[in-house]
Amino acid sequence: MNLTRRQLLLLLPAAAVAWESVLAGTPEASPNYKMTEHWWGMLIDISKCIGCGNCVRACATENDVPEGYFRTWVERYDVSDDDLVNPAVDSPDGGKEGFPLIQRGGKNFFVPKMCNHCADSPCTQVCPVGATFITPDGVVLVDKKYCLGCRYCIQACPYGCRFLNPKTNTAEKCTLCYHRITKGLTTACCENCPTGARQLADLKNPKDPIHAFLRTHDVQVLKPYLATGAKVFYNDLDGSVR
Amino acid sequence: MVQGYMYPNEIELAWSILIVLYPFITGLVAGAFILASLERVFRVEAVKPTYRLALLTALAFLLVAPMPLQLHLGHPERSFEMYLTPHRTSAMAMFGFVYLWYLLAVLLLEIWLDYRRDIVLLSQQTTGWRRLIYRVLTLGSSNISENALYIDERAGYIITVIGIPSAFLLHGYVGFIFGSVKANPWWSSPMMPVVFLFSAMVSGIAVVLLLYMFSSWYRKQTVDMRCVDTIARYMFYTFIIDFSLEMLDLVHRIYEADESFRSLDFMVHTKLYFSQIVLQIYIGTLTPLALLALTQLFKIGEKARKRIYSVAGSLTLIGIFAMRWNVVIGGQLFSKSFLGYTTYKIGFVAKEGLLPAIALMLLPLAILWVLVKLLPPWPDRKPLAREDRVLVHGD
Repeated sequence: MNLTRRQLLLLLPAAAVAWESVLAGTPEASPNYKMTEHWWGMLIDISKCIGCGNCVRACATENDVPEGYFRTWVERYDVSDDDLVNPAVDSPDGGKEGFPLIQRGGKNFFVPKMCNHCADSPCTQVCPVGATFITPDGVVLVDKKYCLGCRYCIQACPYGCRFLNPKTNTAEKCTLCYHRITKGLTTACCENCPTGARQLADLKNPKDPIHAFLRTHDVQVLKPYLATGAKVFYNDLDGSVR
Repeated sequence: MVQGYMYPNEIELAWSILIVLYPFITGLVAGAFILASLERVFRVEAVKPTYRLALLTALAFLLVAPMPLQLHLGHPERSFEMYLTPHRTSAMAMFGFVYLWYLLAVLLLEIWLDYRRDIVLLSQQTTGWRRLIYRVLTLGSSNISENALYIDERAGYIITVIGIPSAFLLHGYVGFIFGSVKANPWWSSPMMPVVFLFSAMVSGIAVVLLLYMFSSWYRKQTVDMRCVDTIARYMFYTFIIDFSLEMLDLVHRIYEADESFRSLDFMVHTKLYFSQIVLQIYIGTLTPLALLALTQLFKIGEKARKRIYSVAGSLTLIGIFAMRWNVVIGGQLFSKSFLGYTTYKIGFVAKEGLLPAIALMLLPLAILWVLVKLLPPWPDRKPLAREDRVLVHGD
C-alpha cells in the first residue's frame, strides 16, 4: 500500500483516537445484573473512622478524580463543650493524606463525606437537560456526554458533593462506583477502608446486614430537614456535623 | 483565600460575573418593556416620547441576555438540548422557552407592528442596501391603508397586554431560578422573584431615562421635561416598593436569625460590606431615593432636575448591578456548612473574566445604536409623508 505524506497526516489523528479506545478496553458486561432488584445506599460508621484517607486516595485512583476536587473526602471535627453547634472543622486536601496531629481540647472525630445518592435529589431536579438522573437502582449519575456544564446542580447540592471537572467541563460526583457494584463488587472506598467504617448497602436486599444495623443503632442522615431522601446513613452522627 | 471551613469542592465559585450579568441584563429588558407598556396600555401619554426607544432598548438587551449564559457553559455547543430535551422539573430548562416566547411573540412582533408603516414608507423612499433591508423588514406586507394600520394598532395593543405578564414572567422567573435553591439560604426565598421583578422595573426605567436624556443631548434636541418628570416619578415609586421588599427580607432574616444567620451576618459585615452596604444600599439606593424625593418635594429648576435625574439614574443602575452581584456572588462566598467563607477571584482576559463582561455590557448599546439608525424612535421627527408613488393597497 502506498501512502502519500498527505494521506498519512490525515490518518494519524484517526489512528490516535482508535488507539486510545483500544487502550481504554471494552467495558465488562454484567448480564446478570437487574437494576430493579437493588436500591443502593451506604452506611458510614463514624465511631470506626480513623481518618487515614485511604478511601479518598482509592476513590481518586479508581475514578481518575482531578487534583483539587473530591468525590469523597474526610472531615475532622473538634467540638468544644463551650459551643456545641459551631465546631472547628478541617480537611487538608480532603483528608487524602490523613491528618496532621494537632492538640485541641474538644471532642474529636472524623466524618467521611460523599454524594448522598438522594432519592429526591435537588441536583436531579434542577438539571436543565436531564443529564443528571437517578438510576432504577437508586444511584444518582451524570451523563457527561449530555451535561451542558451550567453548574446549576453544583449550586443545588446541599452537601457540596459536586464539582465541574476541568478536563471534561462537565459536572462530576461520586457514582457509587457504579461500574463496580453492577458487577457484584463493592465501591473502591469501601474496599480500601481498613476498619470497615464504610459499607455499601443494598436496601432492597432483605439479607443485607444494613437492615439489622438500622434497626439496632442510632443512625442519621445529613441535613434531614432538607428532605432530600439521602441514602448515606451515618452511625453515631454528632449533632454538630453539617 | 478560605476562612474557616468550606467543603473542598466549594472553594472555587461555580457561577462567575457572567451569571451576574444575566439577571442584570434580563432585568433591564423587563423594566424597559414595562415602561413602554405604560404608554400603550395604561395610556400614560406623558411617557410617549420614550415609547419606541424603550422597546428598542428592551430588544437590544434581550438579544444579548443569553450570551453570558452561553459563554459560561462548559459545553455551549450542547445548549440547544434545552429546547430539544428540556427537563421539565428544572427551572433553568424553561428559560429557553420563556426567552423565545418573549423575543418572538412579544417584543419582535410589537416592534414590527409599531414600525410597520414607517418600514413600508422607508422601503419606498430609500435606495440601495437600505432599501433592501427595509423591503425584507416589511415581510412582504406593504398595505398601510387606514384599515390595516387600525388592525396593527389593535394587534399591538393586545400583544402589549400579553407582554406585561410575559415581562413579569421573564424576570420573576429569573428570580425563581435563585429563589428555589433550597440548599442555599441566601437565595432560597419566595421573596426572590418579587424582589427581582421590582428591581428589574427600577433598572429598566432608569436605563431608558438615561438613554432618552443622553440621546436628546446628543441630537441637540430639547428634553421633554413632562416626560422625564413622569418617568422619574414612576422610578421613585417603584424604587420605594423595591427597597421596602428588600428591607422586609433583611429584617425578616435578622429577626428570625436561623442557623444560616451567623454566616450571612458575618458576610454582610466583611466580604460583602462594600458591595452590599456601601454600593447597593447607601450609594445605589438611599442616595438616588433621596435625590428623587427632592424633586418630588421641592420646586427645582429644569436644568438641576435633569442633572439630578442623570445622577439618580446612574446610581440606580450601579445599585441594581450591585444587588445582582450580592445575590449571585454573595450566595457562593459562604459554605453550605455555615462554617467558612471563600473569596471570588476574577480574571481580566479570561473566558469568564472582566473583559468579556465589559464587552457584553457594551454590546447591547452597540446593537441599540444600529437599531436606532435603522428604525428611528424619535417622536420629534416629522411623520414620513406618503408620496404619490407609494402604492397603497386597499385605498
